[in-house]
Amino acid sequence: MSVTVGIPRALLYYHYYPGWEAFFRALGAEVIVSDETTKAILDQGVRDAVDEACLPVKLYLGHLANLRDKKVDCIFAPRIVSVERKKYLCPKFLGLPEMARFCVDNLPEMLDVEINVHQKYQETHKGLLKLASRFGQPAAKAREALAAAKKAQEQYEAKLRQGYTPRDILEKRTEPAGGGNVRVAVMGHAYNLNDSYISMNLLARLREMGVDVVTSEMLRPQEIKRGTHSLQKDIFWTFGKELMGAALHLHEQGEIQGMVLVASFGCGPDSLVCEMVERVYKRAKKIPVLLLTIDEHTGEAGVVTRLEAFVDMLRWREAI
Amino acid sequence: MKVTFPHMGNMSIAIKGLLTDLGLEVVPPPPITKKTITLGVRHSPEFACFPLKINMGNFIEALDEGANTIVMAGGTGPCRFGYYAQVQREILLDLGYDFEMIVLEPPQGQLSELTDKLKELCGERSWPHIMRALHNAWRKVKAMDAIHARSLQVRPRELQKGDTTRAYEQALQLLDEARTPAATSACLRQGLELLNKVPVQHDKEVLRIGIIGEIYMVLEPFANLQMEKVLGEMGVEVDRSIYLSHWIKEHLVLSSIGLKGSKDTKKAAAPYLQHFVGGHGWESVGDTVRYARRGFDGVVHILPFTCTPEIVAQSILPTVSREQGIPLISFSLDEQSGEAGFRTRLEAFLDLLKQRKTQEKLG
Ligand code: SF4
Repeated sequence: MSVTVGIPRALLYYHYYPGWEAFFRALGAEVIVSDETTKAILDQGVRDAVDEACLPVKLYLGHLANLRDKKVDCIFAPRIVSVERKKYLCPKFLGLPEMARFCVDNLPEMLDVEINVHQKYQETHKGLLKLASRFGQPAAKAREALAAAKKAQEQYEAKLRQGYTPRDILEKRTEPAGGGNVRVAVMGHAYNLNDSYISMNLLARLREMGVDVVTSEMLRPQEIKRGTHSLQKDIFWTFGKELMGAALHLHEQGEIQGMVLVASFGCGPDSLVCEMVERVYKRAKKIPVLLLTIDEHTGEAGVVTRLEAFVDMLRWREAI
Repeated sequence: MKVTFPHMGNMSIAIKGLLTDLGLEVVPPPPITKKTITLGVRHSPEFACFPLKINMGNFIEALDEGANTIVMAGGTGPCRFGYYAQVQREILLDLGYDFEMIVLEPPQGQLSELTDKLKELCGERSWPHIMRALHNAWRKVKAMDAIHARSLQVRPRELQKGDTTRAYEQALQLLDEARTPAATSACLRQGLELLNKVPVQHDKEVLRIGIIGEIYMVLEPFANLQMEKVLGEMGVEVDRSIYLSHWIKEHLVLSSIGLKGSKDTKKAAAPYLQHFVGGHGWESVGDTVRYARRGFDGVVHILPFTCTPEIVAQSILPTVSREQGIPLISFSLDEQSGEAGFRTRLEAFLDLLKQRKTQEKLG
């Protein structure tokens, strides 16, 4: 029987799952993803985490417990420090393997390889090869697995840029949605926007209202880069930079009618990045912003009402 | 140019001296009060951390007093601190203030980024002049730290409550006025003497507690509800894991050449946390292990509410405390932390430590 590798459907799942899946498959492992978020999964995470942890981290811990209960042989829980030069992820990603280990009981073996492109590019590569060797395959196979991962990931990202959301692709929907009559940027972490439970189905709901949704994944890296040009200092968090770059780029281009800004309660980077974005938009007064702060207590009804009112307002503005 | 800067514990003494020595007109922010906090909170992002909000209060009060240049430290992440200045600048601009903001931080690219900023500050001064000013400021920082450390030992043993604090403040006053490195050294000696003259009960049994956590919260008494003084007056000898001099060495000097954190702390942290997580999260874990090894009675962890690196530490510390056999209490503080709840929790913690100690003695 092949080894089962569990991958939590949380945090970076929405960024890197296709690459990860290809990697482990190529090594002959069976990949098992935790269930879609439910109230029970979230509650479990809330119980295991320290009170002040942000919503996405709580949710991640809940998904780990879910995988444990599925009795997978091991869980892929990398320490992702940095995915590009001079940029980091949020501090919580840097300590994620330990937060997991000391907050969630009885976890199976954790595959906690370190990904640090900024400072330890060579070691990261070696670390991945070493991880691959744990699956009892020859070295050549490990390199093949890395190549397969890279290819799958590139295909995924190319597809995102065609206007698909991560969820569209992961659920194998083939028609890109869109084509609505108002264009709205939805800016926030992919792990919030794509988790239909905690985002209360935000993206799908907007599309149902006939909104053409743009997220930062749909933009090209050059566009994001152009967006950050006007900043006095580059943002050192990869996701913060993407959010900021996308928001500023879209603002400059003026191709959107509104922006929904989604921040998770307790998120450190968001508390600053979203503030800056809001200020830029508010100063220019061109494009209305709806700020949604979500936590484990956010009520669905309230959010839906606010979204509907926002979209109505945008349509009304367009009409006059 | 009328220069101001944020408060952080005693730092203002060194900075004010430095900037004055550089020939600048200095407008130090008024001492932190409730009003500072109210102003800061009102004009900061709701979910920003407490230190950012207090900084904002300092800046607003100093700008209102006529400052037109803010000197602020920065950073390269991943802790939020590295982006404070950018956000603060935008907010102050939106409030209509007219000012320059000079951010001193480890260079992102060339070293010239940093030296250019220093030039901007120092204007026409010669390098030897600047070096002398820096040298004196550095001495002052180290002298203040030494005086502080000594006060922590004296306070729990003082016979008359408040004597230590008075002597300590007097000593700082002396240092504030020292204009040359030689004068600074003399003031340090005098200051230590003042503290040594405080009448104490030498053989008093005291609890020993280490303080760990986020640097601003540890260093700024207004933010930590005077934690060290309160503990000291309850008869606890406090040991502080972080001093301003360490921070300058690590944050401003070592990190710009790519080094971070002390080796011992990292090694001590290794079984629990193997990677730096920004801020002082890594050190918090390592220092707890070290306090346990040094036979301390307990550890107090202080963090600003929602501090990302310290939340990583907070997730790990209960295990460290259990496995290393050292009781630990965590205080997550912001503008809403009430003094009453804080004291009650602290007292309960001390009771626990005392009980443990008696039990140990009984064997
Ligand atoms: S970036 Fe924000 S939401 Fe994501 S892990 Fe960090 S604090 Fe949590």
